Amino acid sequence: MIKVENLTKKYGDFTAVNDISFVAQPGRVTGFLGPNGAGKSTSMRMMVGLTKADSGTVTVGGHDYMDIPNPGQHVGVLLDASAQHAGRTGREVLALSAATMGLPTSRVDEMLELVSLTGSESRRRVKNYSLGMRQRLGIANALMGDPSVLILDEPANGLDPAGIRWMRGLLKGYAQRGGTVLLSSHLLHEVQMIADELVMIGRGEIVAEGTPQELLRDSGTFFRALESDQLVKALADAGISASAVADGFRTEVEPVQVGKIAAEHQITLVELKLADGGLEDLFLELTAETQRETYSEGAQK
Amino acid sequence: MSAITAPVKAGDPGYIDLSESRRPPLSRLVGVEIRKMTDTKAGLWLLITIGVVTVLVNTLFLIFGDKEDLPFLAFLQFSAMPQGMLLPVLAILLVTQEWGQRTGLVTFSQVPHRGRVLMAKLVAALLFVLAAFAVAVVVALILTPIAGADDPWQYVSVAYISKVILALLLGGLWGFAFGTALLNSAFAIVAYFAVPTVISIITSIWTSMQEKLLWFDLGSSSGQLFDPHNLTGEEWAQVGTGTLIWIVLPIAIGMWRITRTEIK
Repeated sequence: MIKVENLTKKYGDFTAVNDISFVAQPGRVTGFLGPNGAGKSTSMRMMVGLTKADSGTVTVGGHDYMDIPNPGQHVGVLLDASAQHAGRTGREVLALSAATMGLPTSRVDEMLELVSLTGSESRRRVKNYSLGMRQRLGIANALMGDPSVLILDEPANGLDPAGIRWMRGLLKGYAQRGGTVLLSSHLLHEVQMIADELVMIGRGEIVAEGTPQELLRDSGTFFRALESDQLVKALADAGISASAVADGFRTEVEPVQVGKIAAEHQITLVELKLADGGLEDLFLELTAETQRETYSEGAQK
Repeated sequence: MSAITAPVKAGDPGYIDLSESRRPPLSRLVGVEIRKMTDTKAGLWLLITIGVVTVLVNTLFLIFGDKEDLPFLAFLQFSAMPQGMLLPVLAILLVTQEWGQRTGLVTFSQVPHRGRVLMAKLVAALLFVLAAFAVAVVVALILTPIAGADDPWQYVSVAYISKVILALLLGGLWGFAFGTALLNSAFAIVAYFAVPTVISIITSIWTSMQEKLLWFDLGSSSGQLFDPHNLTGEEWAQVGTGTLIWIVLPIAIGMWRITRTEIK
């Protein structure tokens, strides 16, 4: 488990991470979601001792990361898949990690197999790797020491849809065996596919957290029906307003209420689900604000 | 947020038991650092170059030099020239590759106590110097009988060999120091070659200060260690001040930087 408490990091006047607290629980995949520059990477570097926090604490499995004697065997870290020596082969990158942790080289082959890098691919130099292959190599490197906690910064970046599905399976299975996974992403849909819990960060502050279902709860319901006019009228009679959205309707109440009213009037529902607009809107709002900030910063330089 | 105020204790879900976790011993980290120098094309070619140039320079002197004038010691000095230039570059790359190639993200998350990584790199750099010296000795041992000088073992003593080793180690340390302080391959290599050159230019122009500048000129003062004659107390002191200025001080600055800055 990863426990972040009141973590703050400032660069001069700029507060990169502002008093954030959250917990990544064992057995869960926690998605750390936010636009570029929101403070995700800085937070993750602070978790593993690469960046010193100005205030606040992080414990990984109940320990300060710096106090873990052989951290690679307990915490798997992937902070930047491209941060590898371009002249080393993929296999050699893993072999160096195995050597540092004191693991047999057979572990290298196991990890290559786990991430589906073939023998000939593993003997190529990293500079010839696609971003997707680098991500696979980085995941193999993180899993090398059979850790119980994974900290992955943008691991799905550069993966194709099949690769993302593969990673979802890998990380879900890892969490089901009791592991803790914290992964960051700037893509809402990507992280929704993989994560059980979401921690949304914008401009250095946590703006929302919970399961995707919890976060969507307030966003209302989307529905489509064969007799849609009839249903809208029935809802209006019950005091529920609905507005047309795309090819269906959206309302503020929970899906079960819409479903009950449809059943009472024997209306055929074609689609009934939590509207995902709320999360998306929140996320876009964050992205837009951060982007404006980046522009003004650039103009000042 | 009340749930997150209690610390995670032994037995809690998600607690990591560290009782079986052991720090990687320094010897293992040194082995990893040596491997990092040999597993890239750049590093491997640098090592091959050092070996080939050592053999080549000695062979050329044997072919074109005056054979009667080539004792064991002369061969050692021939090797010292290319090795003295290239070994510091190797020491520089050993440090700076973690920043230039950003492998430091992995290295320092696996070994978060950065001083231990630096110590392993320092030991690795010095071991490379000793290995190169061993090659130089073997080459000299093979070529000395072929040359057949009148007194082939002239001046060869434990004291002299120790001085040569010290000079080569100082060269390696000098490179390591610049690499550590600058954390950039190009800057460090340029600085390593530019600093002695600039000092020797100043020395040749500013003749009245020549004597005093020797206290700053580690290149010249440590060069005297290759001379078979004993150094005077003052000359040793000059090696000492040069070492303080160009090796101890940059390493101290570098350690300060490396242990405090964030690894990105």
